[in-house]
Amino acid sequence: MKLVKNIGLVIFLIGLGIFTVLPFIGGVKLSDEMMRNILTESELNNLENRFEKEIIDIDFTSSYGFGSAVKGIYDDVNEEFRANKQWDKVMHTSPKEFSLKLAKVAAYGPVKDNKFAFFLLSFGLAILGAFIFILTDLKLKGPPGIKNDGIYHDPNTSRGWIGMITAAWLIGFYLLLYIAPYGIVNMIFVVEPVKWLFVEGGEASQWFLYGFMYTISMTIMGVRMIIKYRHNKYQIVRTISVVFFQFVFAFLLVEILPLFDLPGKDLKNAWPLDYSFLFDWNVKGLIENGTFGRFVFVWSILLSVIIVPTLVYFYGKRWYCSWVCGCGGLAETVGDPFRQLSNKKLWSWKMERWMIHLVLVFAIIMTIFTGYHTYNEIYGGPEMQDKHILFGFSAYNIREVYGFFIGTIFAGVIGTGFYPILGNRSWCRFGCPLAAYMGIVQRFKSRFRITTNGGQCISCGNCSTYCEQGIDVRAYAQKGQNIVRASCVGCGVCSAVCPRGVLKLENGPEKGRFGNEGPIVLGNDGFQLNV
Amino acid sequence: MQKIVIIGNGISGVTAARHIRKKSDAELLIISDETPYFFSRTALMYVFMGHMRKQDIKPYEDWFWKKNRIDLLQDYVSGIKASDSELSLQSGKKIKFDKLIIATGSKPNKFGWPGQDLKGVQGLYSMQDLDNLTKRADEIQRAVIVGGGLIGVELAEMLVSRGIEVVFLVRENRFWGSVLPVEEGNLISNHIQKHHIDLRFNTELDQIFGDENGVVNEIITKDGERISCQFVGLTAGVSPNVEWLKNSAINIDRGIVVNQYFETNLPNIYAIGDCAQFQVPVEGRKNIEQVWYTGRIMGETLAATLTGNRKAYQPGPWFNSAKFFDIEYQTYGNVNANRAANELDFYWQHPTKEIAIHLVWEKSNEIFIGINVFGLRMRHELFNQWLKTKVHIDEVMANLRIANFDPEFYKRYENEILDSFNLQTGKNIRLLKQKWWQKVLG
Repeated sequence: MKLVKNIGLVIFLIGLGIFTVLPFIGGVKLSDEMMRNILTESELNNLENRFEKEIIDIDFTSSYGFGSAVKGIYDDVNEEFRANKQWDKVMHTSPKEFSLKLAKVAAYGPVKDNKFAFFLLSFGLAILGAFIFILTDLKLKGPPGIKNDGIYHDPNTSRGWIGMITAAWLIGFYLLLYIAPYGIVNMIFVVEPVKWLFVEGGEASQWFLYGFMYTISMTIMGVRMIIKYRHNKYQIVRTISVVFFQFVFAFLLVEILPLFDLPGKDLKNAWPLDYSFLFDWNVKGLIENGTFGRFVFVWSILLSVIIVPTLVYFYGKRWYCSWVCGCGGLAETVGDPFRQLSNKKLWSWKMERWMIHLVLVFAIIMTIFTGYHTYNEIYGGPEMQDKHILFGFSAYNIREVYGFFIGTIFAGVIGTGFYPILGNRSWCRFGCPLAAYMGIVQRFKSRFRITTNGGQCISCGNCSTYCEQGIDVRAYAQKGQNIVRASCVGCGVCSAVCPRGVLKLENGPEKGRFGNEGPIVLGNDGFQLNV
Repeated sequence: MQKIVIIGNGISGVTAARHIRKKSDAELLIISDETPYFFSRTALMYVFMGHMRKQDIKPYEDWFWKKNRIDLLQDYVSGIKASDSELSLQSGKKIKFDKLIIATGSKPNKFGWPGQDLKGVQGLYSMQDLDNLTKRADEIQRAVIVGGGLIGVELAEMLVSRGIEVVFLVRENRFWGSVLPVEEGNLISNHIQKHHIDLRFNTELDQIFGDENGVVNEIITKDGERISCQFVGLTAGVSPNVEWLKNSAINIDRGIVVNQYFETNLPNIYAIGDCAQFQVPVEGRKNIEQVWYTGRIMGETLAATLTGNRKAYQPGPWFNSAKFFDIEYQTYGNVNANRAANELDFYWQHPTKEIAIHLVWEKSNEIFIGINVFGLRMRHELFNQWLKTKVHIDEVMANLRIANFDPEFYKRYENEILDSFNLQTGKNIRLLKQKWWQKVLG
């Protein structure tokens, strides 16, 4: 069985290896004819000269090299226009998207010619190998129960060399995806056969690649999670839920809705996590899209203003963070092997409170600016069109800064890329504005708490170690106090790993929620805690 | 300012220090030879198994001690001069005290087996024990564990987690036979075997043999069977760590003899935790109590006395817990290995899963006496209250649902348990019902 597991690992690594070298296969060569077909008239006017000299018929060995060259020219030309104040000539397509579009057309080679074959060789092998690797644990790891043996001896899960390689791979992938997607056109090509399931001959974007990888990784690692915690029904139900919401709401519906000319929105993505909610293009897209579009617009508001706080009141923020949310879902499945790496020190809790609430404030300010701008666009009449300056700041700039630093760097590169270094919830803990909002509700007005079972705690520290949110659970449990913390996402792992049955996630009356109002049965006929 | 010195930085000594600090400004010093900082002894196994690192089993961050003005000193106390209120340390230092708390814990039992001091023969109690085991772990293919109790099963779990073959010698006819009733003993014994432990009942150690380097390589049982091994774990209980006091004026029996206020025969010297032996034990309890919880309660009680609220040791109803590989165990009140003549009991075990419950009550008035649960979690507070107020067994049974502390969505067995209980006793107890919306809202 151990052999089978290793075979699974080898198959997975071959698949992953092939996927990783995809960007280096084949080449990119833009012909004059292609250029004339893709570029708009003004783009052609602006770029033709330099393209002819530096791009056309030149054989680039990688799409990254090609894309960088195209983007360089594009940026140069635009800069020149700006320097000469030729505002009417400035091109407004995003340079990286422009380069990506060209790279896709101009790429050639075996990957582009055999998309499905390479899909099988990369994703196919990786998925197959991962399943073999994971399913053998059913036999190898013995009877159901806590399976944390060797986590701190394993170079993957203890910030060892495998962990560092994993982090480097993830960070590299995220940087390419967000900043230089033209570098991964071959990776995008191989998922196109999946796109064809939805749209015949459809073209995949880098976001389709990302969504597919995200969903498939969550599904596979969700299976791992269920096997690992198969004695624990809370973990099983929760994992099925979070994978379901990703699969159906964030992946399938987003692909299927547009087929019916409906907006491809992720209906569970609530503001302020969904920070583009009041962006002009989003609001316009929704309210100009018939009954369904308007429904989605109203739904988004209801979700953030009524549904989110109401459910947090009854169940704690866990209903979202560890049952529904996509970021949380990735953390709970793909990130589970790294949950012990979150920092438990007091200073990190202090830092957390500053950071996450500042991001929330930033998100609110950004939303006010974009809302003002969007309102002007839609209801402002002709003279208000494109009025985006408020208090001297442009809504465009603010949303761009937020999108880059919070949306891309924090949520993506750090949030996921640093799993093997900072643990699996650093975005959820330090950055997510929705988590901050729900945390405030959970801390001050909620029926949720983690109950400590009298005096049974032995201060062993498993709960704190495996808390992905870095809560020092033990500090409360050993005093007989309940755990009521803004950051708790209710994953239930503290309760699962406790060897003495001390912790239980519960919803109950707000009275007595902190558990320190009566005597604590630590012994000596109970004593009162001074709080 | 009064200076209180505590010898031993385990749960008893540290709890005493913390609670003294809450109420008093006294100067506090904790001396320990073992580690610079307090750690959770019960968690040593998790470090070996790779669940946690050493720093993770420290319940308080290192700044905690300074912030709370609790001084820590890593040294070995070699002598006590009670008449001068002075300690002498191995480093040569002398330390004066106004009040002294001895909380030096236990040592693994060694019953004079030939070869018991060979290399590779050890208990599992201290950080040094963990270090020694860790150092040798890669050289061990087969290990023998002697003594079927809590530490024994933990050691077995540790060794198995590193792929080491384990032979587990148990003197009784079942695991932990001195504490667990037959049913539970069998349940746990079967579970241990499921984890591929070679469990040998009614087997005792006779001799341990070593090679030319003084490293253990074989043992022989009292039945004459030879078992080759590279490690022997001695886990046949622990006894008070008091040998270092032999030449002092402090009254020693098996442990440091104390009254119910933890006072020794000498003024201003107290003893708590595993090393203390009560002259007159609390009714129904042993005179030496060696579990985490009692150490904590003793520390907290003595702290009250030393800060002006003189309190006798009243630990309240007995409770304990453990985990045997994958089976969690909790107990409240008294469930002894054998039923006394005045007791009735009820045992239920799931037909296929490793889940069991054992309740004991008084025959004459049907007052609830104690409960053992396996693979189920129960609410401490509720059972504590029931035991203190001496409720009827029927009340316990009817409230089993609210007494349950299992995680949400776990399958519940109250109905099966009650049906079986009613069948056995001829009673007709019904569970208190919950409405569907109460379930949804929790």
